[in-house]
Amino acid sequence: MTQRHTVSFYLNGQLHTVVPESPTQTVLQYLRNQAGLVGTKEGCAEGDCGACTVTEASLEDGQVAFRAINACIRFLPTLDGKAVWTVEGLAAQGEPLHPVQQAMLDYHGSQCGFCTPGFIMSMYTMYRKGQVRPSREEVLDNLSGNLCRCTGYRPIIDATMNMGQYPEAEQALETLKQQLQELHDQTQAPLFIETADQTYWAPTTSSQLAQLFNEHPDATLLAGGTDLGLMVTKQLKHFSKVIYLGNVADAAAIKEEDNHLVIGAAVLLNEGYEALAKQYPEATELWKRFASMPIRNSGTLVGNVANGSPIGDTAPLLIALQTRVVLRKGDSRRELALEDLYLDYRKQDREPGEYLEAIKVPLRNPAIKVATYKLSKRIDQDISAVCSAYAIQFDGETVASARIAHGGMAATSRRAYEAEKALVGQPWNEQTVAAAMAALEQDYQPLTDMRATSDYRLQTARNLLYRFYLESSGETATRISTEVV
Amino acid sequence: MKSKYRTVGTVAPHESAHLHVSGRAQYTDDIPEWQGTLYGAFGLSERAHARITKLDLSKVRSAPGVVAVITVEDVPGDKYIGAAKADEPVLADGLVEYYGQPMFAVAATSYDLARRAVKLAEVEYEDLHPVLDVQEGAEKESYVLPPVRIAQGDMEGKLNAGPHRHQGSFYCGGQEQFYLEGQVSYAVPGEDGEMQLFASTQHPTEMQLMISHVLHQPSHTIKVQCRRMGGGFGGKETQSWQFAVNAAMLAQKTGRPVKIRADRDDDFMITGKRHDFRVEYDVAYTDDGQITAVKFVQQLRCGYSADLSGAVADRQVFHSDNAYYLDTFDILSLRVKTNSQSNTAFRGFGGPQGIMAIEYVIEDIAAKLGRDPLDVRKLNFYGRTDRNITPYQMKVEDNVIHELVDQLEKTSQYRERRKEVDTFNANNRVLKKGLSLVPVKFGISFTLTQLNQAGALVHVYTDGSVLVNHGGTEMGQGLNTKVAQVVAEELGVDLKHVRSSATDTSKVPNTSATAASTGTDLNGKAAQVAVRKIKAALADFAADHYGCDAAEVAFVDNHVECGDKARVPFAKFVQTAHANRIPLWSSGFYRTPKIHYDTETLTGRPFYYFVYAAACAEVIIDTLTGENRLVRADILYDAGRPINPAVDLGQVEGGFIQGMGWLTAEELWWNDKGRLMTHAPSTYKIPSVSDCPAQFNVAFFENNNREDSIYQSKAMGEPPLPLALSVFFAIRDAVHAAGDRKAVPLMDAPATAECVLKALESVGGCPASKLGQAVEVAADHG
Repeated sequence: MTQRHTVSFYLNGQLHTVVPESPTQTVLQYLRNQAGLVGTKEGCAEGDCGACTVTEASLEDGQVAFRAINACIRFLPTLDGKAVWTVEGLAAQGEPLHPVQQAMLDYHGSQCGFCTPGFIMSMYTMYRKGQVRPSREEVLDNLSGNLCRCTGYRPIIDATMNMGQYPEAEQALETLKQQLQELHDQTQAPLFIETADQTYWAPTTSSQLAQLFNEHPDATLLAGGTDLGLMVTKQLKHFSKVIYLGNVADAAAIKEEDNHLVIGAAVLLNEGYEALAKQYPEATELWKRFASMPIRNSGTLVGNVANGSPIGDTAPLLIALQTRVVLRKGDSRRELALEDLYLDYRKQDREPGEYLEAIKVPLRNPAIKVATYKLSKRIDQDISAVCSAYAIQFDGETVASARIAHGGMAATSRRAYEAEKALVGQPWNEQTVAAAMAALEQDYQPLTDMRATSDYRLQTARNLLYRFYLESSGETATRISTEVV
Repeated sequence: MKSKYRTVGTVAPHESAHLHVSGRAQYTDDIPEWQGTLYGAFGLSERAHARITKLDLSKVRSAPGVVAVITVEDVPGDKYIGAAKADEPVLADGLVEYYGQPMFAVAATSYDLARRAVKLAEVEYEDLHPVLDVQEGAEKESYVLPPVRIAQGDMEGKLNAGPHRHQGSFYCGGQEQFYLEGQVSYAVPGEDGEMQLFASTQHPTEMQLMISHVLHQPSHTIKVQCRRMGGGFGGKETQSWQFAVNAAMLAQKTGRPVKIRADRDDDFMITGKRHDFRVEYDVAYTDDGQITAVKFVQQLRCGYSADLSGAVADRQVFHSDNAYYLDTFDILSLRVKTNSQSNTAFRGFGGPQGIMAIEYVIEDIAAKLGRDPLDVRKLNFYGRTDRNITPYQMKVEDNVIHELVDQLEKTSQYRERRKEVDTFNANNRVLKKGLSLVPVKFGISFTLTQLNQAGALVHVYTDGSVLVNHGGTEMGQGLNTKVAQVVAEELGVDLKHVRSSATDTSKVPNTSATAASTGTDLNGKAAQVAVRKIKAALADFAADHYGCDAAEVAFVDNHVECGDKARVPFAKFVQTAHANRIPLWSSGFYRTPKIHYDTETLTGRPFYYFVYAAACAEVIIDTLTGENRLVRADILYDAGRPINPAVDLGQVEGGFIQGMGWLTAEELWWNDKGRLMTHAPSTYKIPSVSDCPAQFNVAFFENNNREDSIYQSKAMGEPPLPLALSVFFAIRDAVHAAGDRKAVPLMDAPATAECVLKALESVGGCPASKLGQAVEVAADHG
């Protein structure tokens, strides 16, 4: 196959064609050190503060999709074929400010100003997405990845809600579409980058991907990079071989197939959760609280599952829903129940060269009651102390089947088999629930760390089950989120 | 009432807002780099307390890109420095006293190479016992500075006399400043030993002095400059020194520019935070809740060195009264030495901690008596004419707390909402609401009298444009905007003609830190003095030139009016003055009047005036998990006559939310080895956008500063922060309600979900814990 060795993307409207210093060089390093664009800031280098937010555009099914992303943990080659804006790209010196900038100024949304370019780019992304006159809820969702230490956010929220009051900015969407189309045509061949001590492949089809990984089982698979990125910036890890699956077109598909929702390896968290929430509206809150908007715009749903972190928020719900994973190695595939993938802490039933090609989530069974709860110190962009999920089927008043899973309670996301046992065949009442709550102690011996103590985790795992019981019995006003917007 | 001023008192955007929003505001790391610039990084201790028995840096020295490595042996001048006491080694001196202490520094050809190189050190330690807990330190009498006590009256007699006596204790965690721009210093060597430093610092003069001491060079060879910081909050008052001093040493050694920009994790690991503390209290009070005697033992975790801990602890003592008159008191302040980062300034500087303790006591009394805490608060307020002497013997002369709290009580509909909250709580089992109204009285001035001075330099150019420079630093608080407003007001010109330039030790020397909320008070006055000197010279000139009386000369509407003799556009006027050899520039100097205090006895008048404010917060909590949220906040703030209501509003709102972070979510967590495990935003959670309440009402209380402050304004920086105590006490109120207002809740801070759940258990307020008991639950739900 023909291969390309340079990365091509538009940056503030200008075509950049570069040979990266290293395939794990971040977008932020490129912007600040090579492109001389120092408006984009580093606040944390781990995708948690949003000072580095930039806007990414890509062509998807003939439409331009705009996304805010964290430049600090995104590797430069992943911009191949895309367009990116930084704060410098909104209004040239001496030109009138863009409406989002003018609104921020008029509403006194900046104090020290260090976080401001990041906020501006989150706002600009909303603007380009068509959220020119957003609701408060939309604003909170879109700014969930931007920290400000000075303002307390009120003026920034007001600025964003009012950015539509200004004369509309020129969008030049057709030109952009054309640029992206041309770029797309030029970037069909797989990308291959080789430096003195690193190799990077970006295949464009699943079979290329499967073949490459089979040939190089020691390579690191890169999807959204929201975890790998900070291994580079924080732990200074060196990845000698990287295979990027974000350009694999057929891996980005969401399909319905024999009563399952099939989500491919390259589907982004936002798109994956959106599809999931259509089947299971109970997952909506988890979706909105699953990291920040820019993280959800880079990270992939399957990546979160494949990562297998004990505190990953996706796995508990998917396990409760009887999700299966499709593992692929070369041309052969096999399927596993998700809970069987996780063997122990960061240990999976996965052979060298084998990867998660997709997950299969059963379509909604209306007889099942479902809930998932996330507990963390902060509403936005926080890692769970405990994440729980329940899927229970009733036969009249009796529990016919029960699947309960938790994150944060063990070395992997894990089912609560003893608690499930205490429920099945029993009437759905307080006594039964109390027995299941007590049984959770046999299921888990959680750790104490900076997020929570062992006692708190166990106690709230019990109490969350109690909440599920109360809600399923029709009690309202059991969650702050439903009481307060 | 129409203001007599045209610029002061009006809304103007932050002077850099147009640069902030377009990404063109230049921070230290954005300055175009000199050729040959090197990048620094530190090798950090991995023990909390140990002797270094081996420090082999050979692999570090030979690592790719490394140009220089320094240890304490390479320090040309003073090896130990410190803000108040020289007890901090520039780099570890054979001993490490906290996990994260810099042991050596490296300069390399790239940021990445420097960071990689420092990991290659081979270090061996001989472990010593670390003191990791403030209570343990207090018990062992491990102090960075000796204890301080102020007392008055017959404490034991009053405590025993009753009619009520109550004892308790609580712990409140610290807080990381989390300025969005991390610590950064860029040192550029010049000719003849000169060293220029660009730094993100609140205290350029102190950086200059420390570099001078460490390099063993006179101050006139060192120039420190700061255009702006991406936030400071106290964290860059003294503790920018590690970065400044080591960048300068590496630059001197290599002869090349060296930049040290701390990675966020290193920043957390190296620098100090707000003091966490434990308080023990013992109080006697009357049947209606008036305090008759109160005793506090304050244990502050200072970390390994003194830094600013003495002054912080003093301010905690000075705010142990908050807005309340204390007749008989005994306040003991322990400055505990621990093996952790050296705790330092953070917005409020001990004040919020002092206020918290007395408010905790008030809440306890109200709970014990079954009274509304607001009524108990009012009963204890300082009197207007009597009961108005503070524990440090200063008379409270400007008291407006009665009127201010009455006004907020009405505008926040406190009483009506109290009833609504009660109704909500009666009808809800899982969710509970809480309400609290907390007053704040905050003392303004540096407690160390000599720091209350400032200088400014104002240049009028012949085109009528004006450049102002002063000793204060801009960290987002809008100081430059407000000082520019003062200058524009004085000269009668539009604000657009006035520009603030970077703080620079070679322009205005010997300055104080921009801290203690005094930035505008001090530097605004100094700039005013400078302008008035220019105006005086110009008025004399006008009298001479246009034949009017000098007293008639007025600077209004971009013109200079010389009685009825002439009205000349400002630019034309100054050109004429210049042509007649009149100076168009001047320096100005200001010292705060009236203040004095005895550091031994902690008595005197440490404060020029007080800021008064109050906040009312309503929260909702989840009794199954302890999760909590602020639903609504109402704030009334006495800003005197605000100089820039928009900038000042930003200080109130931002300070309040920052305080809420301290009290509800921001948890610093060290493991049993003394290693800080919450060292980045992934693990340390400051408030984010969803934490801003949908109902957030802030108003300014109509008041003039009775003291001669700049345009009768009042300070803005710190007093808003302790207003967030209303959120903490609203949560505690909800917990109290969950326990049917029987037991007094035991609740530490920050009120994380876990902490609140624990407090709920202390009052039997968890519905799920009652399972198995005879509780009617699902009966109504079919």
